[in-house]
Amino acid sequence: MQGIRNAAPWLLSPFLLVMGVFFAAPLLLVVGYSFMTAHYPGGVEFPLTFEAYTKIFYDTDFDGNKVFDSSFLLICWKSLKLAGLCTILCLFAGFPMAYFMATRPAHQRNLWMMLVTIPFWTNLLIRTYSWILILRDEGLVNNLLMSAGIISSPLTLMCGDFAVGLGLLYSYLPFMVLPIYANLERMDWRLVEAASDLYATRWQTLRKVTIPLSMPGILAGSILVFIPSIGSFLAPQLLGCGQQMMLGNKIENLFGQAGDWPFGSAASVALMAIVMIGLMIMSRRGGIKELV
Amino acid sequence: MSSGLVIQSVSKTFASPTGPVRAVDNVSLTIQPNEFFTLLGPSGCGKTTLLRMIAGLDIPTTGSILLDGQDIAPLPAYKRPVNTVFQSYALFPHMTVADNIAFGMKMQGKPNNEIDKAVKEALALVRLEDKGERKPAQLSGGQQQRVALARALVNHPKILLLDESLSALDYKLRKEMQIELKRMQRETGITFIFVTHDQDEALSMSDRIAVMEKGNVAQIGSPQEIYDKPATRFVADFIGICNFVKASSLGLNDNCDIGFRPEDASFTVGRGMGKGTIRHINYRGAVTHYIIELEGGESITLSEDDPQNVAVNDVVSVVIPTERLIRCKV
Repeated sequence: MQGIRNAAPWLLSPFLLVMGVFFAAPLLLVVGYSFMTAHYPGGVEFPLTFEAYTKIFYDTDFDGNKVFDSSFLLICWKSLKLAGLCTILCLFAGFPMAYFMATRPAHQRNLWMMLVTIPFWTNLLIRTYSWILILRDEGLVNNLLMSAGIISSPLTLMCGDFAVGLGLLYSYLPFMVLPIYANLERMDWRLVEAASDLYATRWQTLRKVTIPLSMPGILAGSILVFIPSIGSFLAPQLLGCGQQMMLGNKIENLFGQAGDWPFGSAASVALMAIVMIGLMIMSRRGGIKELV
Repeated sequence: MSSGLVIQSVSKTFASPTGPVRAVDNVSLTIQPNEFFTLLGPSGCGKTTLLRMIAGLDIPTTGSILLDGQDIAPLPAYKRPVNTVFQSYALFPHMTVADNIAFGMKMQGKPNNEIDKAVKEALALVRLEDKGERKPAQLSGGQQQRVALARALVNHPKILLLDESLSALDYKLRKEMQIELKRMQRETGITFIFVTHDQDEALSMSDRIAVMEKGNVAQIGSPQEIYDKPATRFVADFIGICNFVKASSLGLNDNCDIGFRPEDASFTVGRGMGKGTIRHINYRGAVTHYIIELEGGESITLSEDDPQNVAVNDVVSVVIPTERLIRCKV
């Protein structure tokens, strides 16, 4: 035992190397870039400055004066709103799915699990493109509704919050289903019987026993949905027709066309800050303390 | 209106990969109010399935279950005035002991002050007054068992079901809980239906016992009736030790097997019912067991309170009072 303890720092080095190269270094690079001066059309140069962070709140007019500009903050708010909405919708859709899967006979569960993971077999880009085929004016939904005579002119499904939200929901639903399923599958279902024996209706059992006991899964799923959806890039780009800008698109734009790498880096740091605040709120709401 | 629990020709068939399995086969029995009734049998005999049907956790395939004259078989578990102490206790791990006990009353929408009072009384009944704020995981197995009991009893059910509730406890604790359970049953006046495979437990606690075998009730009776007058060879074998030998081996003129309990038989060096050779002597403290091989080759066990002055390979005669002989139908 003593020998293992002595060797521990050395044995950690592969892990530290991987973490350093793939996690710490890129992060430090981004934070570093955010404090540098933009070198158009791309790249950074000295001197160090807070310029990029002021761009989050201010724009510079023709005379060189700084005027308050809410456009970036509105993008942040929109991203937060869509990601939050997406997380909640994923939860409402994903929990029943996970519950259904976990209550199937054991030999059927793997089949259901495979069905949930089938979308991962195809690239997200392709799957998002196929949503365009479904949602556009001449798309599947409109054609069906019109041939059924329910509507006379096509509904505008594309390019709005609806299409973006639907795209996010579709992309990240499995990330909600799988952790909740893993949680429910491990759950002691005799507790559900006990609740029913103690006069709890199905609904009361769900609220007082099943949901509290699946909180770790719900929390893990919410985090796995919220983080990628707030930085999501494809759904707003393709289904929002480029008109619905989220943080991911803004950052892509800053590093690409706008060529303002420091602002892009500062926006990335802002995104991380929003994610962290979001996680803190979620873990409060999730009642981590209650679970211990 | 008939009171108590009346089970009328109840059957339960489960689907299984090898075809339907009849776990409970046309069982009828009546349990009196305030009775301590035990369902006793080996694993797989259907006793737990029968209990779960009374609780409402399984629905009978056919038959009816009348509680005080009302058929409760179609009712879901949460609508039955019946509570269960589960084998695994099934305490809610995310709630305190007090919240666990309050659960049933809360679900029924009882007023808070009534719940608080009842929870305090229930904690006192199971002697855990100071453990109300603990989580179940912080309690010992015996304490968890008592919480499970309190959680069920606090609802004043008409019937309390206990599913192998003592089997997870160690020997000493089990003996204590047997006495505790009897005390609680007397104090609360609730009908207890107890499921166990432990014949010792069944004999010492029950007012009446139903011995079950392969989904059927083999015999119902008081512990003494079941022990002294087992209806079938299965019952005689399952409850305590029972020797079965050919009647001729005991010098009796009968073509069926004859059973007798080890403690009912004694041996003598003079004349007896059958001759045999002592093969083993097991000193067991309170009693001594003698394994005797009869002349016909059958092996029997005798027990004596005091060690006898005999040795292995001595030839002795076996003596059994005629009224202690068991002539089973099967």
